[in-house]
Amino acid sequence: MLTKRIIPCLDVKDGRVVKGVSFVNLRDAGDPVEVAKLYDQAGADELCFLDITASHENRGILLDVVSRTAEQVFMPLTVGGGVRTLDDIRHLLKAGADKVSINTAAVQNPEFVTEAANRFGTQCIVVAVDAKQVSTASENQARWEIFTHGGRNPTGLDAIEWARHMEAKGAGEILLTSMDQDGQQDGYDLPLTAAVSDAVSIPVIASGGAGTLDHLYDALAVGKADAVLAASIFHYRTYSVAEAKTYLFNRGLPIRQVNGYES
Amino acid sequence: MIAIIDYEMGNLRSVQKGFETVGYDAVVTRDPTVIDRASHVVLPGVGAFGDCVANLNRFELVEPIRRSISQGKPFLGICLGLQVLFTESEEFGSHQGLDIFKGKVKRFSFAEHHGKGLKVPHMGWNAIRIQTPSPILKGIEPESYVYFVHSYYVEPAEPEVICTETTYGIPFVSSIAHDNIFACQFHPEKSQRIGLQLLRNFGAWN
Repeated sequence: MLTKRIIPCLDVKDGRVVKGVSFVNLRDAGDPVEVAKLYDQAGADELCFLDITASHENRGILLDVVSRTAEQVFMPLTVGGGVRTLDDIRHLLKAGADKVSINTAAVQNPEFVTEAANRFGTQCIVVAVDAKQVSTASENQARWEIFTHGGRNPTGLDAIEWARHMEAKGAGEILLTSMDQDGQQDGYDLPLTAAVSDAVSIPVIASGGAGTLDHLYDALAVGKADAVLAASIFHYRTYSVAEAKTYLFNRGLPIRQVNGYES
Repeated sequence: MIAIIDYEMGNLRSVQKGFETVGYDAVVTRDPTVIDRASHVVLPGVGAFGDCVANLNRFELVEPIRRSISQGKPFLGICLGLQVLFTESEEFGSHQGLDIFKGKVKRFSFAEHHGKGLKVPHMGWNAIRIQTPSPILKGIEPESYVYFVHSYYVEPAEPEVICTETTYGIPFVSSIAHDNIFACQFHPEKSQRIGLQLLRNFGAWN
């Protein structure tokens, strides 16, 4: 049976992990390669790097990080942040990324997703969807809108429609982030996650809001997500990947157990 | 020396690094003389079946591949490198494969399951059930999890070549083994400890 995936996500800026990672046994907790190795040993199902480097000139640093990671880590790696051209994708895949995540560039030009899928294969094109609830309490039906630039810029696009559109354009996977929940550690946006999961027939990764293991369970079971992305709860060692997996497995979800891995 | 065939269908560095990690030298090449000299040959590949066959032809790699196989060298196909060994694929119309194994490459179709969470591509970790023991699976427990990402699967005409099966909505063939050939739908280079064990077994196979 296909298992649900647990995906730690590292924010990387100028080649360094941004949110500190509190692992005792790391020589350098700011080095994405060291952290990636640790998650590999811990039995994470995939890994995600989100590059938040402001300037495009420092792109080479990210490629170097990706390439050093790919040499030591034998699990799928998704890299997102600042992916705007086919050349950006080519360079990341060549450096060793398995998938790239496209965000703003897809909003600005949906055909870019099609071009990327045609050139590199739909399986390596993830579309990142950043959504915020815009419906008011008096409305019967919840509505979410797509925002870009870290939630600052509204686009007028309906999130559910947009996810469907991106699937039609060639996305192989949707990385769905609730801008309302992101960073709150208060749980994923379950109605949003469920609505998107139901709307598309490609895998959906839920992101934004994980604070407890219950939250992971709810995103997978209630939100019907295929995978959960989490940062803080793993980085700060609130829970280990192994603890999360054991918990979810014991609650009856299909999870790849990590016997023999360090917790 | 292990030759990993490069025909511009995906990144091959992780396959190469996987072999190096378990102690085997591997070279990424499309040079027929290097492939001829290699002790082991690996055909990886990610992408579309039609492009895969077109690139193998464009780089004149079909004959070196057939030669390696007929010489009895250990041969490992990964993902598209499994599918292309078969007669034909229904991906975007119909495409002819290398026809080393009789059978078809078919697309997962879950129209009747729609809304029940069976998504295409089949992406993530799933278990292999060993149907026929193989030296390539030495030390790998039944029901081990490996990483898949694919929308198509092989349907061999000769069931005796089936090595492992996996279930995604339906049981499908996740690897085949026959004489000096082992080929798998999953990605050993992305399957952590289990995958590295498989690469180690392949490197030791002769």
